[in-house]
Amino acid sequence: MMPEISLNILDVAENSTRAKASLVEITVDTDVAADTLTVVIKDDGCGMTEEQVAQVIDPFYTSRTTRKVGLGVPFFKYAAESTGGSFFIRSQVGVGTVVTAVFVLSHIDRMPLGDMTSTIHSLIVYHPDTDFIYCYRYNGASFTLDTREFREILGDVPFDTPEVSEYIREYLSENQSETDGGAVY
Amino acid sequence: MKSLEELRAIREKMQGQVGLRAEDHAHTRVVVGMATCGIASGARPVLNTLSRLVQEKGLTGKVAVTQTGCIGLCQYEPIVEVMEPGKPKITYIKMDSEKAAEVVERHLIGGHIVEEYTLASADIK
Repeated sequence: MMPEISLNILDVAENSTRAKASLVEITVDTDVAADTLTVVIKDDGCGMTEEQVAQVIDPFYTSRTTRKVGLGVPFFKYAAESTGGSFFIRSQVGVGTVVTAVFVLSHIDRMPLGDMTSTIHSLIVYHPDTDFIYCYRYNGASFTLDTREFREILGDVPFDTPEVSEYIREYLSENQSETDGGAVY
Repeated sequence: MKSLEELRAIREKMQGQVGLRAEDHAHTRVVVGMATCGIASGARPVLNTLSRLVQEKGLTGKVAVTQTGCIGLCQYEPIVEVMEPGKPKITYIKMDSEKAAEVVERHLIGGHIVEEYTLASADIK
């Protein structure tokens, strides 16, 4: 199991980059009144057949050859469903994949959201060839980071330049605390 | 809200400096396993510590920190591999932020392998 939801997001979004996605859209939407925390990870990668979608939910299926188990998706599914929430995957070969996990916010078994700044920062900085749109919503307030906007400004200056990397980290953490007023959940 | 103006200012400052980075083949590569096994056992803080210290200590010209998928030794995660040009690969196992900081100090800066954290010194049964 992952100790934070943000680590599930990092892990499952890694699958998108391995599926050769050029754009990965990640949304975290917390709605206290509705008592839900919804995570959506959408990519335009290679997609999966119906049969493969059924298989990825099985911990003893993996497409890799280095080991015999694939726990990323089962961990995420279990984390959501154990709170009374829901989990589903929609995928189409050649179009992409959408993973949606809904957590019941007040459930005792819900893992903390954790360090979303580190998750999104790692994804952006270590996948220079993939674009990311990250949208964080908290009770209707929101902010969005779109790496395509950053890229347009930066030109040929890479994301792992120390100054740029630090800017991305600050952009994420400052905007998150402005959006949710520093809520810890 | 943090503005994009700041990013423009960074861009202005960085312009012209981009070509100064060392060629890839001259780089020492530090690779962190970031598959499910790595992430679940704490690879993210290890990766963050390594890249932060490499920046702070001014090593970006000769050390590149990157990530990879499952190395196939899940029980030893978090794993950090150090590949120096012309030298055999060193595999550090069961890493955390403190050990990572030590590897930066003693291995990447000092040039001495931190033997006690390597796979080679592990008691493999």
